[in-house]
Amino acid sequence: MKNLHSIMLDKEKCKGCTNCIKRCPTEAIRVRNSKARIIDQRCIDCGECIRTCPYHAKYAVTDSLEEINKFQYKVALPAPSFYAQFEVDDVNKLLYVLLDIGFDDVFEVAKAAEIVTHFTKQFILNNKSKKPIISSACPAVVRLIQTKFPDLIENILPIASPMEVAAYIAKKKIQREKRIEEGKIGVFFISPCAAKMTYVNSPLGFKRSYVDGVIAIKDVYGLVRSKLREIKDVKLLSIASGKGIGWAASGGESLALEIEEYVNVDGIHNVVKVLEEIENGRLKDIVYFEGLACSGGCVGGPLTVENPYVAKNRIKRLSSKLKDKEESFSWWTEEIINSFSLKLEDILFEKELETNPVLELDSDIERAMEKFEKLNNILSMLPGLDCGACGSPTCKTLAEDIVRGFANDTDCIFILRESIKELANKMVELSNKLPPSLERNDE
Amino acid sequence: MLIDLEFEIEPGNFILAGEASSKIKETLKKLGVKPEILKKVAIVSYEAEMNIVIHSIGGILKAIISKDKIEIIAQDSGPGIENIELAMKEGYSTAPEEIRNLGFGAGMGLPNMKKYSDYFEIDSQKGKGTRVYMVIYNK
Ligand code: SF4
Ligand code: SF4
Repeated sequence: MKNLHSIMLDKEKCKGCTNCIKRCPTEAIRVRNSKARIIDQRCIDCGECIRTCPYHAKYAVTDSLEEINKFQYKVALPAPSFYAQFEVDDVNKLLYVLLDIGFDDVFEVAKAAEIVTHFTKQFILNNKSKKPIISSACPAVVRLIQTKFPDLIENILPIASPMEVAAYIAKKKIQREKRIEEGKIGVFFISPCAAKMTYVNSPLGFKRSYVDGVIAIKDVYGLVRSKLREIKDVKLLSIASGKGIGWAASGGESLALEIEEYVNVDGIHNVVKVLEEIENGRLKDIVYFEGLACSGGCVGGPLTVENPYVAKNRIKRLSSKLKDKEESFSWWTEEIINSFSLKLEDILFEKELETNPVLELDSDIERAMEKFEKLNNILSMLPGLDCGACGSPTCKTLAEDIVRGFANDTDCIFILRESIKELANKMVELSNKLPPSLERNDE
Repeated sequence: MLIDLEFEIEPGNFILAGEASSKIKETLKKLGVKPEILKKVAIVSYEAEMNIVIHSIGGILKAIISKDKIEIIAQDSGPGIENIELAMKEGYSTAPEEIRNLGFGAGMGLPNMKKYSDYFEIDSQKGKGTRVYMVIYNK
């Protein structure tokens, strides 16, 4: 498994505090030499550390708007959460502004979300075995499962994400309508998160991604906002319904599926808890599990600007506003599905998801068992305060790091202090001893 | 080499319920046990733990892990099971109403434990307690 990730650290800004190591769901961060360091293989790009860093030292690598100029024909794929960033009454305005800032065309990811919904319904009807089916829309959650819940991989919905479906359709459509060859079409996702960037670089379930670049919502926010004010004429560009746009907030995907037995959970730590329960076989009556890494869902993505609660409310309003046009929107969905003769098989995963074995102590079970015992012995010597001063998030992680050879027991300040005390006592003892040349027995 | 994990389970404490099986799972993940095996152990150990929480006056959950197999032992002191055959039936439950309202005690515990383990043995004496011994082969 390739272990690319998109979250980076600005060393200048990092103070070496322990806020981020405490919040990372996969224990991917350590502090070394007063700077945080991300262990590449463990990071799932959830963005939790971006949110928690008080010094804003974590950032996500995404493409700049200039990147689009490498292509002859440029298409923007706005994420549904993009709609929630601005106070607008008409979605067409927002889409039109994307043309104004340099794109030649837009294709709404929200529309692709409806297409994914359509096929997911089919999949659920045919699927009888693994329950609950786990949504694959949030790449951070998929990676979390690959890393921490390998036994739940088979529950993951093996269907491409709306972003990917949008990119696929956009490319096909433009090739057909404009007679431009695929290599000259640049398709860019306007993204709420870094996890999508990582996905594009190393796709999950697919060999390649149709997306050519990922641009952070926050990077175009200012420009879009100022253009919105100037806007005069508007083209009819919006084809996504309230259901598709609803995907931006937690629960929107499940709502669109129109099933009753679903659970939707947002915030990576909450997702971890519920996955634990699924692992225990506790949620068998549930048909669908929608887990999103960000609090509130994608509206709370680390690369968004607007307050997630305000954003969620906007999504709700936009969705209900578009509701009365529901029929004409579903006509659009059908039209797209038919004109590209899309079938479920076309968007099913091409390859199985692998497990990410970074939590294993050793690939050989007997050696792993030995290491486990060593780990427990070390752990029994540590104070169990989880203070983080050693640079590992917990005493348990430090013990693991020691067993793996990345740390020493004296990294623990308590053990270090004990050792110094012992040493000091020894020094006092030694200093009381006189060299034989000075020792006098005749006193 | 053996890894021996033992946990005391508090009866009636639904807040702590599930912690022991979580620790067993965590250990198996560290050891790199295959997902299919992990899944089985997760289910049987959780069910066994819940049974002690719901039905007993206290007990222990043990996991003995070796290279080839994982043994799960649940032993409690409690009322014991009057009719084992009946208890093994899906949907049969003696759990009181208030526990069923919490979503537990649906009478799937024992049948599930049997279904997901490769070897299953139950021993119970009325008034003395219950011991369940399960093996899941690691291959
Ligand atoms: S992005 Fe998430 S997984 Fe990666 S280092 Fe930050 S908190 Fe950890
Ligand atoms: S919830 Fe949405 S924004 Fe957050 S990581 Fe997942 S896909 Fe990205």
